[in-house]
Amino acid sequence: MESRFDAIVVGAGHNGLVCSALLAKAGKRVLVLEANDQVGGAAITREFAEGYSVSACAHLLYQLQPEVRKDLRLTARLACEDMTTIALGEDGNHLRLRADSVEGVSDEDAEQYRSFRKRMARFSDLLRKYFNKTPPRVGTRGIKDLATLGQLGLDIRMLGKAEMEAFLRLIFMNIHDEVTERFEKPLLKGAISLDAVLGTHLGPRSPNTMMTYLYRMAGGHGRTGVPAGGMGSVSNELAQAARTAGATIRTGMPVKRIIIENGRATGVETESGDRFDSLKVISNADPKTTLMKLIGAKHAETGFARRVSNLRAKGNAAKLHLALDGLPTVDGLSRKDFAERFVIAPDEHYVERAFNPAKYGESSPEPVFEITFPSFRDETLAPTGKHVMSAVVQYAPYALKGGWNDEAKAQFMKAIIAALSKYMPDIEQRMTASELLTPADIESEFHMTGGHWHHAELSLDQFLFVRPVNGAAQYQLPIDGVYLCGAGAHPGGGVSGAAGRNAARAILSREKAA
Amino acid sequence: MTIREPVPQGPLKTPFYPRVEKLDIVNQWHEWKGFSSPDALHCEDLEYFAIRNGTGVFDLSPMTKYRITGPDVLEYLNRLVTRDMAKIRPGRVAYAVWCDDQGQVIDDGTIFHLREGEYRLCCQERHFAWFQAATIGFDVNVVHETEDIAGLAVQGPTSYSVLSTMGVQGLEELKPFGLIHVDFQGIEMMVSRTGFTADLGYELWIDPDKALDLWDALFEAGREYKIRAIGTHALELARIEAGYLAPYAEFLPVDETIRTGRSRSPFELGLGWLVDFKKPNFNGRRALAKEQRNGSKWQLVKLDIEGNKTADSSYIFSNSKAKGGAIGFVTSAAWSPVCKQNIALGTVRTPHGKPGDTVWVEIYYQREMHWNRAMAKAIVADKPFWFPSRRGATPPGPY
Repeated sequence: MESRFDAIVVGAGHNGLVCSALLAKAGKRVLVLEANDQVGGAAITREFAEGYSVSACAHLLYQLQPEVRKDLRLTARLACEDMTTIALGEDGNHLRLRADSVEGVSDEDAEQYRSFRKRMARFSDLLRKYFNKTPPRVGTRGIKDLATLGQLGLDIRMLGKAEMEAFLRLIFMNIHDEVTERFEKPLLKGAISLDAVLGTHLGPRSPNTMMTYLYRMAGGHGRTGVPAGGMGSVSNELAQAARTAGATIRTGMPVKRIIIENGRATGVETESGDRFDSLKVISNADPKTTLMKLIGAKHAETGFARRVSNLRAKGNAAKLHLALDGLPTVDGLSRKDFAERFVIAPDEHYVERAFNPAKYGESSPEPVFEITFPSFRDETLAPTGKHVMSAVVQYAPYALKGGWNDEAKAQFMKAIIAALSKYMPDIEQRMTASELLTPADIESEFHMTGGHWHHAELSLDQFLFVRPVNGAAQYQLPIDGVYLCGAGAHPGGGVSGAAGRNAARAILSREKAA
Repeated sequence: MTIREPVPQGPLKTPFYPRVEKLDIVNQWHEWKGFSSPDALHCEDLEYFAIRNGTGVFDLSPMTKYRITGPDVLEYLNRLVTRDMAKIRPGRVAYAVWCDDQGQVIDDGTIFHLREGEYRLCCQERHFAWFQAATIGFDVNVVHETEDIAGLAVQGPTSYSVLSTMGVQGLEELKPFGLIHVDFQGIEMMVSRTGFTADLGYELWIDPDKALDLWDALFEAGREYKIRAIGTHALELARIEAGYLAPYAEFLPVDETIRTGRSRSPFELGLGWLVDFKKPNFNGRRALAKEQRNGSKWQLVKLDIEGNKTADSSYIFSNSKAKGGAIGFVTSAAWSPVCKQNIALGTVRTPHGKPGDTVWVEIYYQREMHWNRAMAKAIVADKPFWFPSRRGATPPGPY
């Protein structure tokens, strides 16, 4: 096989696929090397028990950017779309949250919810615009950087005086303060709080959880869907787009190192000893893996290496897969409700209390959940009449005291079943197989440092102009020829494709300018 | 129950303190990285002339010292500093400068290649956090060892004679920036031909327990050679004559700056000769390569100023009428007794400051309470003001 390419993409995660497809479309000869046997990274569908398949990490689609869909003509067929979030109440009185309305609360709360969501939609639209651009370099006099910065300032101003003030106040705030200011119903406050902290090492009272809430909405205003065939079908479609455009994708080819010669990238070497040459190496791996493992910190300068080594990237979300011989019983729900998204977050304090032990390296004795039953509308995932439950469970700190051994996992599993049983009393009887992926498992299976969804914590000090760190926020590392295109780059994680698309565009426009 | 030793309060005392204190008459001390260090002991002028005409002995124990070892040590140092450390063989000493990622100077210092793969880095400021951060990705060990080693600078034309009289062997072959390990009363002492005076001179490095014995032997040997303990004021004057840089004078360590443009690159400090672009990667390489292409903003200058009024803190202009505003300012200034010149170091905006250029310094001076202002003409010098041939002579002559 050919060994010289215009660009080599390390990792066929969904962002790597978007990036390679766009580069290939622009006429570049692109090679994608994926360590696992399947493309998609953390966006895959795989069997976890005989006959039962599930989206192994990411399971809901809510952020796939319209720009990415359009550029690559994706269909991304959904089995469920615009799902209602059902906040489960222990007493059977559940709330139903939709994009702009909520059922099961007082009129005041319902009205507050409407206005809250309206504002959030407006703010997330503003952010979304910048999620699809290369962040401007701060402190330079580059025309493009200044123009983008100026446009951002102007866009914030154009919100109007009151909304601008609200935006600038809220963006730094925590979700707890906002929900307690607005709402009465604890269950509502809990459900909204949960959305702000899913996939992060943050509690509702942690700073900037308003921003993470907005981040989640920046795509489809928080409307969630389940792809038909699981998340793997999205990745397969992306891979198909890349192949059609001419990219070569090779799976089961872990990259051992990015070769740096005379201070610049010249190619990669795989674990099996193959060498591929390219003056552009684009890493879909997280920033720490990219610099510390693939490149070697010695090839970077000290300040940059220190910033990358100090990146906070410790995941706190576990993934739970259950094979069920039938749907569990939930008081107060009808059968068709199992097509929707459930959350278990009874009140805002409960979510914070679930987070508390995680600060000290312990898992939550009373965890919070985001639950789906993807097999309900998708027969390909489970044998007829049987079902799959896919849930995100928090908090399960990556750096668990004593490590994630079998005992620690069993203990967390016990807490999970106890918490679930309050709402689904027959869940244990329905279970025929289970799989619990802790952040440590996610790290080893998907090769992401800390098993963090976003590759690096989504917080204001690792956001926008400084994501992942100052000096690499424009997709290029301060080592010639090395680029980032994954969740660790701007804007962050989630199946959005934004980082991959932005990276491809930045690489192409840099080439044009040179 | 164990009784903890009391935490020392007030400034620390160096291993030589009992001897230095005995010689102290003027009682002028300052703090140097936690230690007491004398401005002067007896008379600044006599101490200065000891450096130039006899031997001046300066207690440099507070100098910051790091021991750097490990399999990757050479690679580590080569990434840390701008010059090529592969050229520094065991037994040699390198003057070096290190920068941040933006190519701005953090500090300068000397790196002693003590033995194969074993280095000691000496500098004025403390940089443990930076040196530690620089170990990421390298198998090296950085140990702060300031207090584990006592140091004396023995500087001046008779220093060779003093040390020979004391019984130090092997000095006749020791070249500038060389080091040897010798025996001193049964323990190992390191002697390097280095210093801060641009004259013949040595630095002695020894276990603190032996410090007082060394001091006594040295002063005994130096009795006939005009040996004298000195303070920092005399050394400072010699330093300016030598044209050497001092942090917080000629440059501010970049990690201490807040405003952009207040730090300096090696090129801006006249240290371009220390930057080796043949190395594939070192801290600041990318930024410095760019600066080399696009030009620097500042230039360090040595000024030979007319008249005898020292130009402390003076503004520098391109013309006597101060038209067009200041082009820079003086960072260190002195009347040089040995050169009989009014000298200064300064920093000016490029393209000013080429050797041979004429510039003007604005000197304020006081006469009987009243302030006067003079514009003095100055020539940009290209050589250090003091650089005697004996500094480099090997073997050095017996003065």
